[in-house]
Amino acid sequence: MNKRYYAAPQLSLRFIPIWRRNFMVWKKMAGSSILGHLADPVIYMLGLGYGLGGMLPQIGGTSYIAFLAGGTVCYSTMNSASFEALYSGFARMHEQRTWEAILNTPVTLDDIVCAEIVWAASKSLLSGLAVLLVIWLLGLSHSPLSLWIIPLAFLVGLCFASIGLIVTALAPSYDYFMYYFTLAITPMVLLCGVFFPVDRLPAMLQNVSSLLPLTHAIDLARPLLTNRVPPGFMLHIAVLLGYSLSGFYLSLVLFRKRLSQ
Amino acid sequence: MNAVLSARNLRKCYGDQVVVDGLNLSIQRGECFGLLGPNGAGKTTTLRLMLGLITPDEGELQLLNHAVPQQARDARVRVGVVPQIDNLDPDFTVAENLLVYGRYFGISDAAINARLPELLEFANLTGKRDVKVPTLSGGMKRRLTLARALVNDPDVIFLDEPTTGLDPQARHLIWQRLRELTARGKTLLLTTHFMEEAERLCHRLAVMDNGRIISTGSPRELIEQNIEPQVVEVFGEQAEAWAGNHAALHAQRFEVSGESVFCYLADAQPLLRELQRHPELRYLHRPANLEDVFLKLTGREMRE
Repeated sequence: MNKRYYAAPQLSLRFIPIWRRNFMVWKKMAGSSILGHLADPVIYMLGLGYGLGGMLPQIGGTSYIAFLAGGTVCYSTMNSASFEALYSGFARMHEQRTWEAILNTPVTLDDIVCAEIVWAASKSLLSGLAVLLVIWLLGLSHSPLSLWIIPLAFLVGLCFASIGLIVTALAPSYDYFMYYFTLAITPMVLLCGVFFPVDRLPAMLQNVSSLLPLTHAIDLARPLLTNRVPPGFMLHIAVLLGYSLSGFYLSLVLFRKRLSQ
Repeated sequence: MNAVLSARNLRKCYGDQVVVDGLNLSIQRGECFGLLGPNGAGKTTTLRLMLGLITPDEGELQLLNHAVPQQARDARVRVGVVPQIDNLDPDFTVAENLLVYGRYFGISDAAINARLPELLEFANLTGKRDVKVPTLSGGMKRRLTLARALVNDPDVIFLDEPTTGLDPQARHLIWQRLRELTARGKTLLLTTHFMEEAERLCHRLAVMDNGRIISTGSPRELIEQNIEPQVVEVFGEQAEAWAGNHAALHAQRFEVSGESVFCYLADAQPLLRELQRHPELRYLHRPANLEDVFLKLTGREMRE
């Protein structure tokens, strides 16, 4: 085992030009990108919210669609960060050899991985923001505290970008990402309280749920939309930060190994 | 000492495989240095070690007075790289590629934009400024990659097989540009397996095989030190049979490769007279070149 792979990350501001590069590419296709981020979660939220919600009683004092809104903000942000870290990240690392070009400059791999995470989080922030805007426009939330959703979306983005990059670092090809979406993202959507309260699950699954980052994101988002300070918010933030930092470190170690071959 | 780059006893293994095996090298300021070798000789790994992208298992490296890999980041500020495989940004135009790349060196947009016309002219891409990369020809992409490597006005330029896959016109244009860079005092380190390229461009060469440098010197020195000055190539179905009977009598050394026989000799006249008596054989008499040296040193068998 090589000790250098495990060295602490060395961060510098040189990650900013990489972030700007990704932003420049994004600007060129912003239209379709925004539509994609917005259409899917909003269609789900409206369809299920009004369709299914019509047959359901209130949940915790709110309508079903208002309940769903808190989950949708988080899962839309999660999806956006994951797609960016997996598919686009893999393209930049492997297919387009963008990283290889950057590594020949005074920028290091640590800067690149940091830039990827911050970039994916920035992009997913936009997804979260778009959903939040729809929530406000539909009058599903009148809460001043809902403004906290904005930094929360960024944190959720950091968290899932970091975890996603671990998968990117291990992936031999794009096909590999299907495993992650099928075995991690989809179960998370169903176990973490996006569509129904976690306490409806059997106790064993509730325990699993309490370990997953999306649960903690939703536990923060849902009260904020109804203008309540989330109970135990320190713990939830700590869990999301913990996932972010360990994901960053682990993916960096894996990328160091992969790219030194 | 005016060494821009020096390597001492450099060694790199991947598992059991020794890729770079005790490499010693010193490159002077203003020199165009060529690293020759068959595929898998360790050329690209050597370049990656020198840039500090991978860490050697043993040995010492200095690039522009910085210890590599420890201070590789500082060294790379003054280095340009033309990689073997194009890695231009396909989403960007020619000018955007240069702009974005310059930012990685911490150069301000204003400074890059000021240099842009000069870089585009050097790359013969002035008219293609706002064209997207995927629509460029192979030669244009290479020239853009070269211009990109100059965006930070580097002292040293690493070029990994800069003309592989280009047609002769495109190749000659690149060669001309590389000569201009040496004339400006830039230090060039290039890897290639085109002997013509090495012979035309490089002041000094090192022939590399199995991770080791097996011979080094100017192109002329390599030829003088390693091989007889004259070559007679003999072709034809009977060439091999003829060689068995006659080549050894007149040539210091000969090699059979398929239906061709390569005779290496100091004085070709006796052999040429002998060939007059065999009208069924075609032949070519020429001075020895770098390719002969290369094949002698690294063998004729295929590397894959």
